[in-house]
Amino acid sequence: MDDSINAANEAITELMSSGQPVLVDVVRARDVIDVLAGDSKVLLHAGPPITFDEMTPPMQGSCIGAVLFEGWAQNEQEARQLLAHDVTFTPCHHHGAVGPMGGITSPNMAVIVVENRLRGNRAYCTMNEGIGKVLRFGAYDASVIARLEWMRDILGPSLAQAVRLTPDGYALTPLIARAITMGDEFHQRNIAASALFAKDMGPLLARTDIDRSVVADVLQFLADTDQFFLNLAMAACKSIMDAARTIEEGSIVTAMTRNGKDFAIRVSGLGDEWFTAPVNTPKGLYFTGYSQDEACPDMGDSSITETFGLGGMSMIAAPGVTRFVGAGGFSDALATSDEMDEIVVGHNANLSIPTWDFQGAPLGIDIRKVVATSITPIINTGIASLEPGVGQIGAGTVRAPLACFVKALEALAVKYGVTSTDD
Amino acid sequence: MLTTAIKPNTYQDSVSLMLLSQQLSALPGVNKVSVMMGTPANKDILRATGFDSPELASAQPGDLVLGVDVEDGTDVAYVVTQAEEALKNQASRSASSGLRTARSLARALKIAPSANLALVSIPGQYVADEVAGLLDRDLNVMIFSDNVSIEDELQLKRTAHERGLLLMGPDCGTASIHGVPLAFANAVSGGNIGIVGASGTGVQEVMAQIDQLGGGVSNAIGLGGRDLGADIGGIMCLQALATLENDPTTSTIVIISKPPAPAVRKRVESYAQRLTKPVVAVFLGEKPDVATNGNLVYAYTLADAAARAVELAGRGRPAFGPTQRWIKALYTGGTLANEAAMLIRDQLGVIDSDPAHAQGYVLRSGGHEIIDLGDDAYTQGRPHPMIDPTARAERLPAVFDDEGTAVVLLDIVIGFGAADDPAGALVPAIEEGLERAAQAGRQVVVVASVCGTSRDFQGYADQVAKLRDAHVTVLPNNAAAVRHALALLATSSRPSTAGETEPTPPRIAQLLEDGPTVLNIGLRSFAETLATAGVATVQYDWAPVAGGDSRLAGLLRALDNA
Repeated sequence: MDDSINAANEAITELMSSGQPVLVDVVRARDVIDVLAGDSKVLLHAGPPITFDEMTPPMQGSCIGAVLFEGWAQNEQEARQLLAHDVTFTPCHHHGAVGPMGGITSPNMAVIVVENRLRGNRAYCTMNEGIGKVLRFGAYDASVIARLEWMRDILGPSLAQAVRLTPDGYALTPLIARAITMGDEFHQRNIAASALFAKDMGPLLARTDIDRSVVADVLQFLADTDQFFLNLAMAACKSIMDAARTIEEGSIVTAMTRNGKDFAIRVSGLGDEWFTAPVNTPKGLYFTGYSQDEACPDMGDSSITETFGLGGMSMIAAPGVTRFVGAGGFSDALATSDEMDEIVVGHNANLSIPTWDFQGAPLGIDIRKVVATSITPIINTGIASLEPGVGQIGAGTVRAPLACFVKALEALAVKYGVTSTDD
Repeated sequence: MLTTAIKPNTYQDSVSLMLLSQQLSALPGVNKVSVMMGTPANKDILRATGFDSPELASAQPGDLVLGVDVEDGTDVAYVVTQAEEALKNQASRSASSGLRTARSLARALKIAPSANLALVSIPGQYVADEVAGLLDRDLNVMIFSDNVSIEDELQLKRTAHERGLLLMGPDCGTASIHGVPLAFANAVSGGNIGIVGASGTGVQEVMAQIDQLGGGVSNAIGLGGRDLGADIGGIMCLQALATLENDPTTSTIVIISKPPAPAVRKRVESYAQRLTKPVVAVFLGEKPDVATNGNLVYAYTLADAAARAVELAGRGRPAFGPTQRWIKALYTGGTLANEAAMLIRDQLGVIDSDPAHAQGYVLRSGGHEIIDLGDDAYTQGRPHPMIDPTARAERLPAVFDDEGTAVVLLDIVIGFGAADDPAGALVPAIEEGLERAAQAGRQVVVVASVCGTSRDFQGYADQVAKLRDAHVTVLPNNAAAVRHALALLATSSRPSTAGETEPTPPRIAQLLEDGPTVLNIGLRSFAETLATAGVATVQYDWAPVAGGDSRLAGLLRALDNA
């Protein structure tokens, strides 16, 4: 194999497995994301670039919620008018951030700040709102806005104070390594990591001078929110992948994301360019009363977890949720991770999976292997209703479309100046 | 009708409950069922999907909530019972066959690093590239696929030969290695007959016939239909012959093929002449001019070939001493004795030195002796030996003690009128005789056939078993027993050429000695059959590179090799 591609891939996976994401702060998005700091109306969204009218109804609903939250409009109608003409949209990924589902992030939303100590770069993500009516699934009623305000005013500052009591930030890698042995894959299932996080936050919060009843509310929220850690995992993965992206050679996927219209990937040797193909619609299990027909096409930056080798890639780590991929249970989970093993260049020795004979999580998706085998990454995901405000109607898996990997391979061939002998 | 049932303090994870909801909703008489834990968020979902009720409001997060909407006349309790049953029986539906599956060669070999044989059944156009990669990794290969060009076959076989590997095929439908049937094959007894075959069903028929005749197969090595043609020149046929010559479990070899190209035929036959093990050749489509030619025995049909092979296959090469040169036959059936005499005369070209046939001798030539104990000379004042086996038992010790005896040839006639247990009556004398001969440093071989059927009251199988327990080699009929006796003498008298054949290359020797660990590439059913039979197998779900897009495949190669 080409030494320069393989050598680059090795260097990239080394950066991936040795990443040191640390939670250092919780702030308002505008404090850390430059594009949100000015006076103009800007919203971040999941996936590659997209216009408001191209967005899925839930993502549009999220935008409406964000506009109401920011006070840019007083009602839905005004908000839609504003969004169609006066709001600038830009992908989270272009600003060191990631966002779940719609990924809509506005200037005053609370975001966690994760620093990758390996390179000193930072990544940002909003916090998990829990389940039911939530902004990321397109809900925007008063309860949604009120929760966002509480997260901005209470939850964010409280966690920030707690984190500041740690000598050097709150290290996420050890927690991820522990929770993967407890049945989390960090996309569909985060309950172990969320519990470990809440366990560590408890004493820290108790040591702050925050009012007892506020501490109780914060801890109650952490206790109730099984997926709280998902957003931390996303920011951690983003900070790791952005560090890995500094090596601008090779064929490793450095980001995978979806905006409800397109699935997009970035590849190490191809810089910031997005390679896109139409998204697939997730398949899975639905709450009674809902069906596949009502499922929103795939969206969200959360597939950054799969990019790093978690989520669907590490399905075998989370037997508890494997039945989302089929009724076969454990053997299907094993088959899924075994299949993902075909398209990666190695294993993450720091994320050993007991149910996989302590093999490390899959590490470094190589687009050459994807195109050669036609195996595309599998992504664990929540399923949103197409109708905004309904929220989550199920959960399941979705495949990355092959076409974006093929496009990237063509571009990689141009970069390395090779042509096909079978032209 | 809408009902809410609550099961307090019953936790189930949401995946189980979503599956359960689907299952219950499909029950007859049920409109829809939604089962969830009673958390606030779930209660919102239940309300939004039409399951609101006063009971729902009181449900706690630790309670299991069943929202049940049934048609009139359906008992809600029935649905609840079904739910309880389903939760009790959540084990995965299918037990895994344990067959590990890979989607790339690299991963397949990671799963099964000890694989020593690849079984390839993929579209012919991709075979050459794929098999070249397998040979590079020192794997023996059986190619089931057809539509491989003759040029590719030649190239692959040359490579395999240089690397000391077996390459069976292309278009090789049948093989059996170390008792493991590969692709299309029958379950046959193990044994000492090795097969080299350029034909799938030809190999199957010979293997099946050998089994039916009471023989067994050591290894069957397939060649593919073109190996003995002029282009390939028998590369793998010669390798297979050398392999079986060196294989300690094989004592007789069968070659099955269409008539080879003349030059190839010459090469293969002259090679077969040099082997220490007898070779039966069936070149289907031509009638053999001669029955034997030195070490080669020719057969006209597949069944003939199987029969000849069973006759020839002894328990390895007999270690007869210098004085042991003769067949001593004690018959109870006159016609059987005469048939034996006929075959021996024909085969050895000997002249009967006692045409008068006094004292029941139907043949006496050199030291060869065939005596019919049913002759008048032996039945005066005594019952016929078919009725009273003691007459023959009494004569056996002298035969074993004779220094000239190599083979003792016997007939066992059962059926109405015959003794209750003719085989059992001979066993003590045979065992004692063999023991005494052994003590005197002579290995004597006893060969017999049983004339009778499974319907006979003595029981055909029972009589055969008694003889085999006494180390008697039992052949399916009298002629076969005689030919087997002759083959033992011929094999023994052939000068040993051991050490003259090239040693078997280590990867092939290891395959035959340890048995196959199979990397199955293509048809999954082959792998499932092997795995079910307990053979270490990994399945490689092969697909063409880049889904068969040759331009992309070219780009990938270029990126890999730039």
